[in-house]
Amino acid sequence: MFAFIIRRLLQSVLVMLTVALIAFGLFRFVGDPINNLVGQDTTLQDREKLRETLGLNDSFIVQFGRYVINTAKGDFGYSYMHRRPVKDMLVERMPATLELSIISVLMALFIGVPMGVYTGLHRNGLLAKIFMSMSLIGISLPTFLIGIMLILLFGVMLRWLPTFGRGEVVALGTWTTGLLTVSGLKALIMPSITLALFQMTLIMRLVRSEMLEVLRTDYIKFARARGLSNRAVNFGHALKNTLVPVITITGLQLGSVIAFAIITESVFQWPGMGKMFIEAVADVDIPVMAAYLCLIALFFVVINLVVDLLYYAVDPRLRIDQGAGGGHG
Amino acid sequence: MLKKVETSPLLSVRNLRIEFPTRRGTLVAVDDISFDIAPGEILGVVGESGAGKSLTGAAIIGLLEPPGRIAQGEITLEGQRIDNLPYEEIRRIRGRRIGAIFQDPLTSLNPLYSVSRQLVETIQTHLPLNDKEARARALELLDEVGIPGAGERIDHYPHQFSGGMRQRVVIALALCAEPRLIIADEPTTALDVSIQAQIITLLKRLCHDHGTAVMLVTHDMGVIAEAADRVAVMYSGRIAEIGPVQEVVRAAKHPYTHGLMGSIPHIGHHVDQLTQIEGSMPRLQEIPPGCPFNPRCEEATDRCRVERPNLQSVNATEVACHLFDKAGA
Ligand SMILES: Nc1ncnc2c1ncn2[C@@H]1O[C@H](COP(=O)(O)OP(=O)(O)O)[C@@H](O)[C@H]1O
Ligand SMILES: [Mg+2]
Repeated sequence: MFAFIIRRLLQSVLVMLTVALIAFGLFRFVGDPINNLVGQDTTLQDREKLRETLGLNDSFIVQFGRYVINTAKGDFGYSYMHRRPVKDMLVERMPATLELSIISVLMALFIGVPMGVYTGLHRNGLLAKIFMSMSLIGISLPTFLIGIMLILLFGVMLRWLPTFGRGEVVALGTWTTGLLTVSGLKALIMPSITLALFQMTLIMRLVRSEMLEVLRTDYIKFARARGLSNRAVNFGHALKNTLVPVITITGLQLGSVIAFAIITESVFQWPGMGKMFIEAVADVDIPVMAAYLCLIALFFVVINLVVDLLYYAVDPRLRIDQGAGGGHG
Repeated sequence: MLKKVETSPLLSVRNLRIEFPTRRGTLVAVDDISFDIAPGEILGVVGESGAGKSLTGAAIIGLLEPPGRIAQGEITLEGQRIDNLPYEEIRRIRGRRIGAIFQDPLTSLNPLYSVSRQLVETIQTHLPLNDKEARARALELLDEVGIPGAGERIDHYPHQFSGGMRQRVVIALALCAEPRLIIADEPTTALDVSIQAQIITLLKRLCHDHGTAVMLVTHDMGVIAEAADRVAVMYSGRIAEIGPVQEVVRAAKHPYTHGLMGSIPHIGHHVDQLTQIEGSMPRLQEIPPGCPFNPRCEEATDRCRVERPNLQSVNATEVACHLFDKAGA
């Protein structure tokens, strides 16, 4: 168990280093950093001096090492466009994205799992069939289209919900939250539904098919034959056995939710990191792009670690310890 | 169908018929079978795969899977009709009054729950015991089914036990609430040959000690000869022959039973009489008119191809074969 965690941590570090290399490559190969920093009228000598002070003439390894160390410290350099530390921009934007993503994933889980269990248990029921047909829409419609349709219906036609922005936010230290104001919550509804819909249908269909699979197993039949209540069988024995794949997919999805947030944030003018990234791409603002890349990679890596640890919590067969293996005739 | 009924039967199955409605007509998987099980008696049920043995067992505990359904007949347990009970009532009978052991003991235990948890859960479903008492009972049961070091192993997970040991746990689970009847569907088929005998001996001993009756489904005539008091031979959803085990094994009457005896070497027939049965059991769609065994029967007459034989008493057994029709019938 302990060795396993160490191994996974090492792998994670390797992944992060690779991503850092790519991010670093952006600086070297996309545009000239000096051109991005200075105006047209700067002399060649001044440029060369700047190059020297910024360390751009050092060897690749030295520069990369410096980049990794700075990045690890949270120093992502200055935005070419906004002329301020990227770190400050991230701190400003992160709460919006994280609140949106986490609310979406929670929504997807707490609606998707029960719907999956329901459709698995009543696979021929009318309601289950309706859920399944609706889920096809969620799977096949692109996110931005759902967002635009929601805006059209609830924002423009019914005028119930704001069509853009985060509403009023409250600052808790450096963290700004929209969860504590009415307008903030209202502003959150449509973007989070848009973002959650795909994951929700995915989770629902996954739980459903896993449930169907598990309900056919001998241990479920035997549990019923022992007279256990439906509740104990369906929500105890069966649901728990669907959890491993659900954890995997939800974990992976959490990562892609943060990535998908780019689109949702653009559609709803949501002031998060995704929108910041899109703007940075348009402006060729390399430090911002690189910082975003590293941060997203970090999320993925952390989520994967958590998923692996959850496996251990759920499945005793993975907890191979002394006295466990071996035959006991 | 005269029957010597000394004590009132524990379980009585009368004219049971199990059907599967399909688009191309109704398939009859179990066709008009009747039998009794006396308290404490072990009734062996043999027959090729597909004969309807498992379906009969499932029907008794109310676990037929749709679209399969009981189309006709009555099942009574201790005088109470149980085939038409509401789900909740038959559920309470399962485990409490009728225990079950299924085909593959290796997969009968939920891999994610410890043995103690599965035992305690089952005990508490049926008996008014608190956690401590239930655990004490679980421990007792594990001791009784012969798990060495039960005190240490009680909190282990199924994958930490060998096949034979898991089967003992399954038996403990089936015996949790002292049912009067156990339906054991091929309890040893999935096990190592060396362990099969141990398990049958254990089952026999436990049921004798507790006065539990058993419907022992198997396709192994050796197991029947070893453990059963009476035996029912099934073919194509019907009972071909039923009677005391000594009589059926020593003096098989139905040509099909004769054929089955080919699978046990130690009986007193001449070798040339033990011809292997040619062909295989017909599929449900292709059951021929008359006696379902007639295409494979060397002694079949024209009558066998037209008229269905009913069970009739011959000595201590009942047999469904025209060879035994009284002259002039
Ligand atoms: N869901 C089903 N639909 C159609 N036929 C079925 C179904 N389940 C079982 N059967 C048929 O019922 C017959 C009896 O099955 P079963 O009781 O499992 O036989 P066995 O004696 O081997 O236990 C078989 O011919 C099988 O094909
Ligand atoms: Mg079977």
